[in-house]
Amino acid sequence: MSTKNIMITGVGGQGTLLAVRILAHIVQEQGYDVKVSEVHGMSQRGGSVVTYLKYGDKVYSPIIGLGEADTILSFEKLEALRCLPYLKEGGEIIVNDQEIDPMPVITGAMEYPKDIEETLRAYAKVRLVKAGELAVEAGNTRTANVVLLGAMAAAGSIPKETWISALKDTVPERFLEVNLKAFDLGYAAAEA
Amino acid sequence: MKKIMLGNEAVARGAYEAGVRFVSSYPGTPSTEITESTVQYKEIYCEWAPNEKVAAEAAIGASIAGGRALSCCKHVGLNVMADPVFTVSYTGVNGGLVFAVADDPGMHSSQNEQDSRHYAEAAKILMLEPSDSQECKEFTRRAYELSEQFDTPVFLRLSTRVSHSQSTVELLDRAGDEIKDYSKNIPKYVMMPAMAIRRHVVVEERMKALREFAETTDLNTVEDNGAKIGVITSGISYMYAKEALGDRVNFLKLGMAFPMPEKLIRDFCAKCEQVFVVEELDPVIENHVKALGISVSGKDVFTLLGEYTPAMIRKAVFNEESASHYVQETEIPNRPPVLCPGCPHRATFYVLKKLGLTVSGDIGCYTLGAAAPLQSVDTTICMGASVSAAHGMTKIRGTEFNKKLVSVIGDSTFIHSGITGLIDIVYNKGANTVIILDNSITGMTGHQDNPATGKTIYGEETKAVDLVLLAKAVGIERVVVCDPFDVKKFEEVVREETAADEPSVIIAQRPCALLKYVKYEGHCKVNEETCRKCKMCMRIGCPAITWKDGAVKIDLSLCNGCGLCMNVCPFVAIEKEA
Repeated sequence: MSTKNIMITGVGGQGTLLAVRILAHIVQEQGYDVKVSEVHGMSQRGGSVVTYLKYGDKVYSPIIGLGEADTILSFEKLEALRCLPYLKEGGEIIVNDQEIDPMPVITGAMEYPKDIEETLRAYAKVRLVKAGELAVEAGNTRTANVVLLGAMAAAGSIPKETWISALKDTVPERFLEVNLKAFDLGYAAAEA
Repeated sequence: MKKIMLGNEAVARGAYEAGVRFVSSYPGTPSTEITESTVQYKEIYCEWAPNEKVAAEAAIGASIAGGRALSCCKHVGLNVMADPVFTVSYTGVNGGLVFAVADDPGMHSSQNEQDSRHYAEAAKILMLEPSDSQECKEFTRRAYELSEQFDTPVFLRLSTRVSHSQSTVELLDRAGDEIKDYSKNIPKYVMMPAMAIRRHVVVEERMKALREFAETTDLNTVEDNGAKIGVITSGISYMYAKEALGDRVNFLKLGMAFPMPEKLIRDFCAKCEQVFVVEELDPVIENHVKALGISVSGKDVFTLLGEYTPAMIRKAVFNEESASHYVQETEIPNRPPVLCPGCPHRATFYVLKKLGLTVSGDIGCYTLGAAAPLQSVDTTICMGASVSAAHGMTKIRGTEFNKKLVSVIGDSTFIHSGITGLIDIVYNKGANTVIILDNSITGMTGHQDNPATGKTIYGEETKAVDLVLLAKAVGIERVVVCDPFDVKKFEEVVREETAADEPSVIIAQRPCALLKYVKYEGHCKVNEETCRKCKMCMRIGCPAITWKDGAVKIDLSLCNGCGLCMNVCPFVAIEKEA
């Protein structure tokens, strides 16, 4: 199989790392060679965070170049736009319907772009997910990342049961129920 | 058994399999997770040391005593570690000894982009360079064999993309953890001139043996694809080049970064019409190859700056462009890292900016105090420099300047190398004010305990360094502990201490907002009726506070309820909401 390239992007602190680790666990269980490139340290502190996940028969470079991503999973709208040049033609974007103002917007130096959704739709298949609301519905605002993972699962070809068993393997017992609910809500939202 | 692991976790696994008994390190991105991961192996004793020099010396002691030992650091940590490292090259080892050093091309989390391969050559120490997690584990294991075989410490050179990428690792059992005999050996371990002169001879003989070893070891591999173009590379650059160029070129991959082979390189280049050297940062391999009289392309077509990508390599070697079907036409706002919502440092910098002070800064999360809108920090050089550099500033610019000058340094960084600067100030009759930002943890690298937190790497209770007593013991008579969130009081304290004609230490005490036990009640909310839109709350640069549709809004998903904005609002227009 040729290599599949997935970019997971968001704002430091949003829980992108957990999402990518669950995804990595799944593709490895499927027998693929997998590489994940993570971000730690200073860049994590509320800055743009990009994680790459690549899988296939044999993966060399852990990073994804311009025009190479099959799928972008974005935890924030502006970050989806920032990564758009990395999307393959015909690629898909799953994006959280959340706007977090970056510091240049907060200080008034720049404006938050207004037409992000239209731009994304002009270049990609887009699934917009209200992850924040669905996380609240699931019972914990901190499960927005798992809602998005659910949406990602609905968009891909890996069976739902595989995802659920991966969640069971990686999420601590006491948080499992709320996370499974969050996953289901995300899955249903992206299917719709 | 196979497992997907971070490069750093794989180094820890390699250490475990190699029978390592002792690990001592100081945290530093991107190396931190190596030491954090060794904690899971009960057979290995682990610790955080106060700084890299102490860590390396402890590991050297463990090695001399007969146990296999490891010390890990980031590239700039190796500068701190350098003193013992250069001399342990002379003594050699008893139990195998490895220094894992992680470079940070692209400076994801660092103050410079130095290339640690220069240290291998300068200190005459064998260096291995893995390019994925499997090699991280395997090369670590091999490093211990080579360390004992050649009686030398070994460098394991990593980089951010190797340390922080996950890939599949084949796990093996632990072996070779018996402790070797210790016997007194003055000519080998006491490096005074008479002995060191003889040991230098041994070092040069060892280098000769290692150069011969480099010609035949399977750590260096040739991939002959019958192509006309050859690529010499190592580490992560190999992975980029392999993805970019596939079977269209021949590869010489140097798993041994130092010393490098001669004949192997000559033979490889002789079979190619054109040879490229692909290496991030400095032209270390390139210079070696050119010194052999071989013509290669290297930094003439590749940059000295930052990280490489497969696309960059494809362009340089085959002039093939990668395309993206969407090109960003308008500039979009960037998103630099910021102090977290609830960060105690925000309050400190708010006050320092308000007072118009010159701020001699240091290395940690609080370096972000230089970013907009606080822009409080004037200088950042290295760990500890906030204290000692302020001393130098005062000696040049005098007393009046000193009254508008402070140093800011974190608790962990103060213990790492701020203490000696403070002694310098006291001893040489300075009158500087040093603010220790005591957030009760090593923050930036992801929450490691340190000698001031009262917990070991295992989370066990231990004696905590008392920062007040420590400052007093070195001769500081004015020591004040103050919570920076009490903005008025904190401002008063800073005014008083900077005005004093003697040195002072302010301990700005409030725990990191990300610590599990730090819980603030509810969230902050703007009362739109009483808000006068003065935007005073926006001056603190909290990422949760924004200006939307002509009003101040607080994003509930980001606000942690710390209440600092309430403390700075002159109209009591921000309230707590459950």
